Amino acid sequence: MYYKETVRQMYDIGIGSLMIIFVVNIFIGAVTAVQFIYQLSGTFIPKYYIGYIVRDMTIIELAATFSSIILAGKVGSNIASEIGGMRQKEHIDAMEIMGVNTSSYLVLPKLVAMMLVIPILVSVAALFSIGGGFMAIMASDNYSNEDFIQGLRSFFVPWNVSMMYIKALVFGYILTSIACYQGYFVKGGSIELGQASTRAVVFGIIVILIADYLLAVLLIGG
Amino acid sequence: MITAKNIFKSFGDQEVLKGIDFTFEKAKTNLIIGKSGAGKTVLLKILVGLFDPTDGEVFYDDNNLFALPKRDLLQLRMKVGMLFQGNALFDSMTVEENIRFPMDMFTKFSKAEKQKQVDHCLERVSLPGINKKYPSEISGGMQKRVGIARAIVLNPKYLFADEPNSGLDPKTAITIDELLSDITKDNKITTIINTHDMNSVMEIGENICLLHLGKLAWQGNKDQVLEEKNEILQNFIFASPFLQKLKARALSKPE
Repeated sequence: MYYKETVRQMYDIGIGSLMIIFVVNIFIGAVTAVQFIYQLSGTFIPKYYIGYIVRDMTIIELAATFSSIILAGKVGSNIASEIGGMRQKEHIDAMEIMGVNTSSYLVLPKLVAMMLVIPILVSVAALFSIGGGFMAIMASDNYSNEDFIQGLRSFFVPWNVSMMYIKALVFGYILTSIACYQGYFVKGGSIELGQASTRAVVFGIIVILIADYLLAVLLIGG
Repeated sequence: MITAKNIFKSFGDQEVLKGIDFTFEKAKTNLIIGKSGAGKTVLLKILVGLFDPTDGEVFYDDNNLFALPKRDLLQLRMKVGMLFQGNALFDSMTVEENIRFPMDMFTKFSKAEKQKQVDHCLERVSLPGINKKYPSEISGGMQKRVGIARAIVLNPKYLFADEPNSGLDPKTAITIDELLSDITKDNKITTIINTHDMNSVMEIGENICLLHLGKLAWQGNKDQVLEEKNEILQNFIFASPFLQKLKARALSKPE
């Protein structure tokens, strides 16, 4: 049962979030590239730095953080509503009477699914973001594709990729556990369910941003 | 048999149950009745262990529900079935998956054994062949029966039903009552039904507990209801002028 539920959650979180991850990250990458084109214009910084900057911005910060914030909105509210709805419709009571450990049955598959899926989503996000940057360069008159690709290949630090996955796992844990907590302990009716769903998103995003800062200090040094 | 001993329950300053003593008998349909706000649902939730009482004890035969070690409590839970007021069927699962759920969680039955038991339970509630339908695709009365099928799938010793007739037409309500009563007798289980449906009281009430303002106001059975002088009972059962007329007619009719 746990396995089946975990697979269902992986599908919901993973496949269900691909489209939004794709759209947001394509534009994030493109905007990052456009902004750096603007900032680097008229300077003596080599043109190929644009690829290097987009790549490292994406891997170190944007892919994990932006994707997690998007997931806090999409998946976090979904989880809080799902579990909260089950609480209100007495599904959780029914399971408890059967002897099911409800906190484990309802929370664990979601946490495990998120831990398994979020590294993949963040990898995809990074790919799309860099792709978005590349498209912005293609549309630019002053920068060539070769500049961008040379930048992508320059100054690569493998640890940055590890950092991206560490962040993704921490953020995934945060957003899932906060959403589950808000849903599991919901009381009242549909208004309270809506409030719990909102809290799941707001608290999730705030805690992700705090964790982002702490991880940056811990992993990069401040 | 389930025994409630001196049950008190408060929520903040509000005392909902004030010392309930009652024995719910085996192989009988035991009813908890009373006006809205009398404490019926709270008592039922204490009896199944969803709420802890502020004071008092609940015994399942000789086992004190709130003093059982975790492992024994889990064993006991597997002997309990419950039908919820809103059915509490899992929307994302088919009827078959809903009924199979307790077996998937707690038994090592083979797939064929589970299938056989699901089919048996669906036949027991007169709903063969709806295995693959989702709860949203069947009527309220059918959902109740699926809820009953899920509640009895592990052959429970104790069956609870919270307002099983709410939202049903009178004929379907009678069908549900008869089904619960038949299951109780056939399986010799202790059934406790929380209701304010007068048909249920008069048809299947073999052991009735009337709650009023958190206290036990009357106990008896359906045969004693008509003759009983207890004012709270009479005001509750024969609340409408129509029923009062019927009662007067029934009592005035010569044997």
